[in-house]
Amino acid sequence: MKMRKKVYLVGGYNTISMGTGRKEFSPKKERPGLEEYIREAGQGVLKQIGGAANVDECVIGNFIASRFNKQANMAGFFPYIDEGLTFKPCTRVEGACGTGALAVLTGIKSVLAETADVVLVVGVEVQNTVKAIYGADILAAAGWFKERKDGHAYFFPGKFSDRAGAYYEKFGKEKTRKAMARWYVNAIENARLCPTAQEYHNTTADLLAQGMAEPNPKGFVDNLNVFDCSKVSDGASGIAAVSEEGLKKCGIDKKDAVEIAGFGQVEYDITKPPKDPTKLETTAAGVQKALQMAGITKDQLATVECHDCFSIAGIMAVEAIGFAAHGEGPDFVSAGHTARGGKIPFNTTGGLMGWGHPTGGTGVHQAVTIWEQMTDRAGKAQIEIPKDKPFGLSINMGGDDKTLGVMVYKKI
Amino acid sequence: MNYSERLQNVTVLGAAGKMGSGILLLTAMEMADLSLKPENKGKEYVLYALDISQKALAGLMKYIQGQVLKAAEKKAVALRKVYADRKDLIENCEIIDQYVKDVMNIIRPVTTLESAYESLIVFEAASENPDLKVKIFSQIEKNNQNKPWFFTNTSSIPIGYLDKEAGLGGRVLGVHFYNPPAVQRLVEVIKASATLPELSEFVSQFIKNLRKVEVPANDFAGFIGNGHFMRDALHGMAEVGKLSKEMPFVDAVYIVNKISQDLLIRPMGIFQLIDYVGIDVCQYIMKVMAPHVKDEKIHSPLLDQFMELGVKGGQHSDGSQKDGFLKYEKGRPVGIYDPDKKAYVAIADIAAKCDALIGPMPEGFLPWKSAVGHPAKDDFFKKYFMALKVMDSLGAKLARDYAIRSKAIGLKLVSDQVAFSEKDVNTVLLTGFFHAYGPINDYLN
Repeated sequence: MKMRKKVYLVGGYNTISMGTGRKEFSPKKERPGLEEYIREAGQGVLKQIGGAANVDECVIGNFIASRFNKQANMAGFFPYIDEGLTFKPCTRVEGACGTGALAVLTGIKSVLAETADVVLVVGVEVQNTVKAIYGADILAAAGWFKERKDGHAYFFPGKFSDRAGAYYEKFGKEKTRKAMARWYVNAIENARLCPTAQEYHNTTADLLAQGMAEPNPKGFVDNLNVFDCSKVSDGASGIAAVSEEGLKKCGIDKKDAVEIAGFGQVEYDITKPPKDPTKLETTAAGVQKALQMAGITKDQLATVECHDCFSIAGIMAVEAIGFAAHGEGPDFVSAGHTARGGKIPFNTTGGLMGWGHPTGGTGVHQAVTIWEQMTDRAGKAQIEIPKDKPFGLSINMGGDDKTLGVMVYKKI
Repeated sequence: MNYSERLQNVTVLGAAGKMGSGILLLTAMEMADLSLKPENKGKEYVLYALDISQKALAGLMKYIQGQVLKAAEKKAVALRKVYADRKDLIENCEIIDQYVKDVMNIIRPVTTLESAYESLIVFEAASENPDLKVKIFSQIEKNNQNKPWFFTNTSSIPIGYLDKEAGLGGRVLGVHFYNPPAVQRLVEVIKASATLPELSEFVSQFIKNLRKVEVPANDFAGFIGNGHFMRDALHGMAEVGKLSKEMPFVDAVYIVNKISQDLLIRPMGIFQLIDYVGIDVCQYIMKVMAPHVKDEKIHSPLLDQFMELGVKGGQHSDGSQKDGFLKYEKGRPVGIYDPDKKAYVAIADIAAKCDALIGPMPEGFLPWKSAVGHPAKDDFFKKYFMALKVMDSLGAKLARDYAIRSKAIGLKLVSDQVAFSEKDVNTVLLTGFFHAYGPINDYLN
């Protein structure tokens, strides 16, 4: 399958990723609610695309506001963003932490189907409404509920701790832990360059030593420390998926857009454990499909936004794309190849561990980051996009390698 | 009777008080944890929370519930294993709720002493009044057929005295928690000469299970903690007495409080610590200690004077600091009481002139907060006190005298056999008083 029509992303906007680490965050202080985040991100996009009148359709990605905020029927917030969106078709999509990419892809497909020229996409999650120990219950819904009883108190960290444990055993703990710590260092250093990142204010001097802290199975999980994990975040991101006609309608120059060159949306049985816990096989399938659709190889990529909900997932993603052979991801990362000055810069504004992980918004945030990089809008986080490598890749994952939305972007 | 059987029926006396509520919380959770073990299924665990005030008991139950909830949230990882066989409890929130219910189910708030007549253990945290303690213990002992074990939280009354006066036949042990018991790690354990060894064995296990630090002390009034603190406070007040001959009283209090905090790198100045414990409580502890200490005068006319003026310090029920020697705003000292004027003088008005008298801080000074976690703490203090040693200022002189006196008090506790070792004295000051270094050291040698 090839793109049968040109589709572009424009007008990206990120709110701050709010949570521990941000100076303005205090668990005791009242904070903006779901609707404020949605409105800020939505209006941020509308301002860049000439207002609500240009919008044909809206898609909102949200994982589980029904529990974090006791709120459903999320599509109803579009007219709240702007009255001009009243009576427009609005849809909410959900695929756990992979929700955001599903939202962007739904927008892209509407443009491909020629039922819309301009689709406003927003992804949002507000998760600091409960303590982390209860948030773990809520996020566990990304897995199969029948496994919850036997799962860890911190269900998903438990899942990826098991994966890390299997990886240590197969390929060596020391080199893997070192690479995981290095992944953490890269994430924080990149986040320090992005004012909306949750770790923007991070001033820790010796990040590597912090990342190497021994896991504490009594209080947390067996094979990960807290620095191996993305944090609890509140945030929203927005972007518009548009056709050529849409660009004209919004009065946007092509150079301010990024082109969607291909995508891979794949699914794995939620009731089944991974065949090999040391691999992200669904991720690999999604990446392959997306690259194939774009007609490129991994070597033409200038940057990648991957789903590093945990440092080990980042390393496994490096292997799933094919940058390193199975078992050699840690060496690739430790050699600095994924750092911003490396062979292939990953997660240039911090990724999930550094920028933040407002679950339903993450996939949209990844698209916004690549759009920024491809249109020279990334500020201090800007990397160089070489002329012979004009492509970017984003990988958004729902659950334990279950719901994958992968996109290939082309600089214009 | 093994450890777990012994804990099947317990009474906490004075349960709604500051110390009692903490002991109740810790005991309730330990009992609940035992009751949830597979081998103890079906056994009944009962914990009487005894206090004279119904109103205070209602507040107590609310406090305990809140604290257990917090503790349960922290140990959710372990609780999932405890409730692994409960198919109906799936999410953390369900498991945590169940644990809170299971702990609360053990506690029976009561106001009459009769409840203690069936207990196997009586934890006593009533007010620090020897006559009252003796009266309660005798009454329980007379009516309880189980030969109960008595654990008293007294911080100053000799255990042997209580044993003899209440006729407990050696079934009494001092188990002195520090305030607040839920947080403070130190527990001083005091055996009377006749105390049965099985009581100490049990308490060692209990303290270990609570993940606290046990320091044994001998049965001398005040034990290690108050034995040191009261004498340390007397020294501070005596220094104020001397300085007051040359300067206003409030200036002298400011200077001694400041040097005992900053120059000695302690978490609080001595007058702030007296206020924290309570001027009334300090006066009372000294009164209890005095008759048992033959070679020293444990008495402070200054404390008597403040008590007569109605200036008592201590804490409000929400844990905030009441005014005493010092006046507090948001927990920080802002004034000093002038007994002649019967009013507080603002610290801001006298600080500059007093700081000039104290003189400069020694080279390499770090505030307590930074020093306490210093990676090379011992080296740091060696260098710091070396700098302090050669300074000529009033502050340095007072600080040196203070440190030397503090060490002498510690050494005397060992030579009087109140403490079994120098290390035990230091452990009490480090863990119970959060000092960054033990008083028995060679820093000024």
